[in-house]
Amino acid sequence: MAFDKMELRDIEVWDGNFAAAQAMRQCQIDVVAAYPITPSTPIVEGYAKFQADNYVEGEYVMVESEHAAMSACIGAAAAGGRVATATSSQGFALMVETLYQSSGMRLPIVLNVVNRALAAPLNVNGDHSDMYLGRDSGWIQLDAYCPQDAYDLNFIAFKVSEDHGVRLPCMVHQDGFMTSHTAQGVKTLTDDEGYGFVGDFKPMNDMLDFEHPVTHGVQTEEDWHFEHKARQHNDLMTKVFPKIQAAFDDFEKLSGRKYNIVESYDMDDADVAVICMGTSVETAREVATEMREKGIKAGVVGLRVIRPFPFMQIQEALKDVKAIATLDRSNPNGAPGMLFNEMAGCMYNLETRPMLCGKVYGLGGRDLTKAHLVELYTELQANVDAGKITTPLQQFIGVRGPKLSFL
Amino acid sequence: MSEMKKIKNLKEFSTSADRFEGANLLCPGCAHSIIVREVLNATNDDLVLSASTGCLEVCTAVYPYTSWDASWIHIGFENGSTAVAGAESMYKALKTKGRLKQPERNPKFVSFAGDGASYDIGFQWISGCMERGHNIMHVVLDNEVYANTGGQRSSSTPIGGSNTTTPAGTHSYGEKQNKKDMVSIMASHHIPYSAQVAPNKWKDMVKKIQKGFEMDGPVFINAVSPCTTEWKFDPKDTMHLTDLSTDSLVFPLYEIIHGRELNITYRPKNVIPVEEYLAAQGRFKHLFKDEYKYLIKEWQDRVDDNWSYLQRREEAKV
Repeated sequence: MAFDKMELRDIEVWDGNFAAAQAMRQCQIDVVAAYPITPSTPIVEGYAKFQADNYVEGEYVMVESEHAAMSACIGAAAAGGRVATATSSQGFALMVETLYQSSGMRLPIVLNVVNRALAAPLNVNGDHSDMYLGRDSGWIQLDAYCPQDAYDLNFIAFKVSEDHGVRLPCMVHQDGFMTSHTAQGVKTLTDDEGYGFVGDFKPMNDMLDFEHPVTHGVQTEEDWHFEHKARQHNDLMTKVFPKIQAAFDDFEKLSGRKYNIVESYDMDDADVAVICMGTSVETAREVATEMREKGIKAGVVGLRVIRPFPFMQIQEALKDVKAIATLDRSNPNGAPGMLFNEMAGCMYNLETRPMLCGKVYGLGGRDLTKAHLVELYTELQANVDAGKITTPLQQFIGVRGPKLSFL
Repeated sequence: MSEMKKIKNLKEFSTSADRFEGANLLCPGCAHSIIVREVLNATNDDLVLSASTGCLEVCTAVYPYTSWDASWIHIGFENGSTAVAGAESMYKALKTKGRLKQPERNPKFVSFAGDGASYDIGFQWISGCMERGHNIMHVVLDNEVYANTGGQRSSSTPIGGSNTTTPAGTHSYGEKQNKKDMVSIMASHHIPYSAQVAPNKWKDMVKKIQKGFEMDGPVFINAVSPCTTEWKFDPKDTMHLTDLSTDSLVFPLYEIIHGRELNITYRPKNVIPVEEYLAAQGRFKHLFKDEYKYLIKEWQDRVDDNWSYLQRREEAKV
């Protein structure tokens, strides 16, 4: 039974979850294995309804846990077809073992991660704790700032992940509730355009090719393990960015929407800049514009690709600024913060070596307000004026009680 | 149509082309390889196989070698069943979409796992696969112990066995819990077919595997796999130990259809006392001390009780 196509308006009003579900539908996935968890549940519910209404073809397997969801995705991907799922938070944490297995087995899988805090204490709202948990797992990680991005980046994810020169799984992150449950205008592709962009799935080492039996998921010890891991790292470092850039270029030709590995706003002559991810990028961008009206040359750098980490691109974007603040939306638990650490690594060898301080914000869905960012830019400018860092290196933003700062 | 092998005799069976190579690293005398070969040799159809982490997996797919001349996957300890279920889902999807490379083939999806990977850590995954009705067969290589990691108890380990995490000592007779009744639990999922098999009764095993392959839906097979290393017997005695296990009725051979109809498939002509089965294994050596002999009597009572239950259930046809 052939499936039905869906007529979309040029602009639909979708939240991030439904935008992701629509992109998954248009990519014509062969197997979706999933388990519901807040706030990503509407993705798998949306997909289920598409199947119930004959808008998708293929298997939809509602498994008994997120670990099983990714396990089934691995088996399905090794069998040779297009595979995707979605999760958040605790479910993501439960999946972690299989994240390393899927990337180590070089299987293309797309995972929509609707970012949410990690317990304890239990919390259903958005922060980047789960996203950070995945950062060493060998996956490609793309970051959406709004529902439009969540839609578009799914197409990019399939295209890059399934490329035979890449063969690595890919996450598409969006902020829980702030993106996933906030309806906005989303410019759509037609079903033919969307599917045409990702193209037919091209199997490789597929278990269902019985003329060429393959062994997946072997044992390696000290004799070969390092080489396998090194090759995976090599491919992440050297092969993925050109493929992402090519996919961004093709996508711009198709849709007119331009994505960059590092998203720079007002950075050409910026003295002070913040670097952040998710919905905060848009907030920071708005505040930066306002700061410029006050005479502070403010800019914003958003990470579009978190892994592989765009070291060179970030150096290029930030080499001429004088002071930078990193915004980490995950509890560093005894360290300066992932983004701070990565940025310190990026900037240390630059001759210009901008001043760098780190902020921790928004845990468990706490809002990052424009006032917070005004204060932050003002502080960065004060550092520039003083010619040195005048505040502690690490500060918490928006937490109750006396101002919390370290280092 | 699926293609099942016709087997005349053991010689023919042992020399027929198989897809599990003798080149593997399993211990001499390990029953795993015998069971695997008997399962694979039951069909000429293509196979998609998985192994959960364990002896079979670490001994048959050490890069850059493989012992498998069939599609094979290993992910982790707990999820071999779900790996094959994922592959089976992809098979169904590609069949619907007309994208199978060899659409005329009729592949069989089989997951192999030890008792640790099935009774313990993989329990939830297997239950999920059974409940969802995947067309897969899960085969437990039941050696009643975590053999790959050096003999720790699992929930399949029988009472009184001395294992590295439940050792016998001056104040302990070893494992304190009874073995989990996995076949009943799986049958309670009302799957089309579940059965207990033993490699010494190869005709019975092949018949059951073939029956399982013919079923539409999940199949659960529990295969007794005497472990020369952890049960502590001479590697040449594997088949003897298997004979003792089936003929003492410690491992009765039976099948359960659709979770209801139970058929006993092997009735030993001469039932051997459980004591003989225990005496043949180093893991039960301490039970023969005077203070623990009552446990041997309890063993016999338990086996008698189970055999009586199986017979009553078979007769009742419910």
